[in-house]
Amino acid sequence: MGLKIEQQQHQQTCVELSKIAISNTHGEDSPYFAGWKVYDENPYDEFTNPSGVIQMGLAENQVSFDLLEKYLEEHRETKGASGTSFKENALFQDYHGLKSFRSAMASFMGEIRGNRVKFDPDRIVLTAGATAANELLTFILANSGDALLVPTPYYPGFDRDLRWRTGVNIVPIHCDSSNNFQITEQALESAYKDAESMGYRVRGILITNPSNPLGITIQRSVLELLLDFVTKKNIHLVSDEIYSGSVFSSSEFVSVAEVLESRNYKNSAERVHIVYSLSKDLGLPGFRVGTIYSYNDKVVTTARRMSSFTLISSQTQNLLASMLSNKSFTKSYIKINRERLNKRYQMIIEGLKSAGIECLKGNAGLFCWMNLSPLLENKTSRESELELWNAILREVKLNISPGSSCHCLEPGWFRVCFANMSENTLKIALERIRKFMERIRSQQ
Amino acid sequence: MTRTREPESKSKTSSPSSSSTGMKLIVPLQGVVQGRGGILLGSLIPCALFYFFQLYLKKRRRSNDKHPSSNPPSPSSSFPELPRTPSRSNLSSRGSLTGVRLSRLATTISDDDSAYYVGLNRASRDPYHKLTNPDGIIQLGLSDNTLSLDLIGDWMRKWGSGGDDGLSINGIATYQAFDGVDELKLALSDFMHQVMGGSVHFDTSNMVLTAGATPAIEILSFCLADHGNAFLVPTPYYPGFDRDVRWRPGVDLIPVHCRSADNFNLSMTALEQAYSQARKRGVKVRGILVSNPSNPVGNMLTQDMLYNLIDFAEDKNIHLIVDEVFAGSTYGSEKFVSIAEILESDSEYIDKRRIHIIYGLSKDLALAGFRVGVIYSFNKNVLATARKLCRFSSISAPTQRLVTSMLSDKKFIQDYFETNRNRMRQVHHEFVDALSKLGIKCAKSSGGMFCWADMSGLIKPYSEKGELELWEKFMSIAKINITPGSACHCIEPGWFRICFTTMSLEEIPLVIERIRRVVEVCKSSS
Repeated sequence: MGLKIEQQQHQQTCVELSKIAISNTHGEDSPYFAGWKVYDENPYDEFTNPSGVIQMGLAENQVSFDLLEKYLEEHRETKGASGTSFKENALFQDYHGLKSFRSAMASFMGEIRGNRVKFDPDRIVLTAGATAANELLTFILANSGDALLVPTPYYPGFDRDLRWRTGVNIVPIHCDSSNNFQITEQALESAYKDAESMGYRVRGILITNPSNPLGITIQRSVLELLLDFVTKKNIHLVSDEIYSGSVFSSSEFVSVAEVLESRNYKNSAERVHIVYSLSKDLGLPGFRVGTIYSYNDKVVTTARRMSSFTLISSQTQNLLASMLSNKSFTKSYIKINRERLNKRYQMIIEGLKSAGIECLKGNAGLFCWMNLSPLLENKTSRESELELWNAILREVKLNISPGSSCHCLEPGWFRVCFANMSENTLKIALERIRKFMERIRSQQ
Repeated sequence: MTRTREPESKSKTSSPSSSSTGMKLIVPLQGVVQGRGGILLGSLIPCALFYFFQLYLKKRRRSNDKHPSSNPPSPSSSFPELPRTPSRSNLSSRGSLTGVRLSRLATTISDDDSAYYVGLNRASRDPYHKLTNPDGIIQLGLSDNTLSLDLIGDWMRKWGSGGDDGLSINGIATYQAFDGVDELKLALSDFMHQVMGGSVHFDTSNMVLTAGATPAIEILSFCLADHGNAFLVPTPYYPGFDRDVRWRPGVDLIPVHCRSADNFNLSMTALEQAYSQARKRGVKVRGILVSNPSNPVGNMLTQDMLYNLIDFAEDKNIHLIVDEVFAGSTYGSEKFVSIAEILESDSEYIDKRRIHIIYGLSKDLALAGFRVGVIYSFNKNVLATARKLCRFSSISAPTQRLVTSMLSDKKFIQDYFETNRNRMRQVHHEFVDALSKLGIKCAKSSGGMFCWADMSGLIKPYSEKGELELWEKFMSIAKINITPGSACHCIEPGWFRICFTTMSLEEIPLVIERIRRVVEVCKSSS
């Protein structure tokens, strides 16, 4: 058989892997993910492990699951459909996706924006989750070594999603509490200059609206500012709007699509791209449903071809198409979901307030942005923040996300998720925080 | 390394080349000057102006401009933007001259006009339908298997939405493990055990599940090689590899040419030669990529050849990736041997950490739409990285549940395999027979969903150009989409991949009749 046994014995070094495999740009060594590991080892359970770690670092929406379940139960027949459609379904792997599903997504996205703007199903590219959508867009809009500007604080996953395989850099647009972390023209110009001085070519700006981790919507005036800036610099604008359906009051969200509409799509459209997903608003992260909506024809064509690496199962598309096109269901779902999230938000804000903790005034999302800087030994020290985070993780047994992992320049801010648990669990978490604060105060 | 393709069909790229943009400036100037200076001055002066203009613009370019592609002009610029590089592809990335730019990769992708994709597009725009569009294009360029879809349909009707748990979304709505749920891994491990001949045990801890085999190949490429490195790949090969390995991972594919004289079987001499030539050119070869059963030829690697490949990989200290997506789609008398079988029986002397297997359900179970792929590796580091990377390509949770249920129905799987194998065998036999009556011989094959047909006698000239002209004839006269060998990087012109698993026995005469039209046209014009 020709096995070179002698060679084998001499061979000390194992076969090499790639630089990507060896690098740690996946970012999973950061505290954001480290906390999850601690949670995984000792997860809270109401009955079996009441002293376990409560997960408040995962932005998952479980408050409206019953609405989905009820719909799917009641519409079982359409879900099952005939054997023929399943038969065709099984084979269907066209990267255009099911027309009915694209139309459903376009309809749902419009519904979320109060039908103030319409979406064209032919501009929708389907991806297996927003994670893939953001990465895919980055591959299309920027070359390796280029840069995207991202306002801080931002979702820690971007470090991986936008940079790891793409080789693209993130240059932060620093925002701070002096104006509620809003993006300013000064910050934009400053970030652009930073990128240039590092030798990076800036290809675009990526914003999250509503913001993760801040939990607030971006104001129309800021969107206008951003559009003017990207037009001036001839770069792209990606608006990740995955929390658009999780705004507590429907009138407070302005999508970049609306601003484009009011400008009659003149001059700015081909540089604007929207990312959406069903993971947050619909609480279906397991389904892996994401979309890219682009006003740029070439981006749509290219993204479609690239989406071969991240297609949504045709079964899932079929399953959700009729549900998302059902206007009476989606209207009612969106409304109830907003109300429930608002209720949770109020609950956590009140709870934290009574424990003496202030939060940024939020109006959206599955989390709040909590200010613990008064507790820091050294208010300008990141290490101080991490010490506090560690104490909360190990002593209070709550996994929350430290602002530094979101690249926030001001230490002491933390993202706390409130929608991925029952109300009971949230009460218990708040109780633990209250006791912790009492301990701190009595020590001082 | 790749042959440049120039399919006769209309390609999607329509952007002007740099020379024609330059002409837009020169011609009017020429007109102006021609009045007095004549043709010589009329062309000299604009050319000189053009030249000096280029120099001027070059000086204005920023010093930290690392990229060869041109800068976007600032809106305040009063000059029309002249291209700074002659690259056609850079220009086509801009819609208008002042449009916002896309990446180089985006341009490569949108310019991709290989016959494989062009054919698929044309066929999808005028698809054949027995009743509603009998003159439409018959799609024989996609290796899908509809022969036994009725069985899948029956199963779906009975179990797809029923049962007590049915398709309840309880427990599957939330984030699942990105590399696949345990139940599905178990079910797949069992299934692969059956498919690969019943002698191999697949360990679920060596599995990473992905949304189809396409991302599985891409993810492996990202793990095993750096941008600019290369894999050796026997030709002809599946056109999709060019996309999966080159596009985003940026890994090159170095062809190892196989010849009809060997029935397109791989020769170790050719492999050694390709490797050393690559080394001489300074290219770092990181692995070998093979498909077994082979796409597009349909032949299988013998046990000896598998051992040879393993030896080769050991000798050069590189990886070996075996794409076994057609393992269960065999119809010949040859027995399929998975590389996993060799590793299981001979594990003591082989470093398994360099061997990786790709699998999926798109071919063997006709579930292409569901997106179920597998990376099977013995390398803990590769698995760890792949697990992190598959978050970009995870299988939808309800589909994982549905497929687990289907795979666990052992009787159904058994029935499907037996029935499907028989049908494939029948159709293959009939079709190849009918083709040979037309004077078209096929390579010997025992697996896969296609025939590798020799049409070299019909092409004129005996070249890629002749082959593509024939391809166009098939598309426009016969209205059949088949895949030309050049799209598969075959070194011998005139070979075509024809998928036979989307025709029923009854449809064979219709397809043969259409092919006959082309054969006759070719014969009459020679």
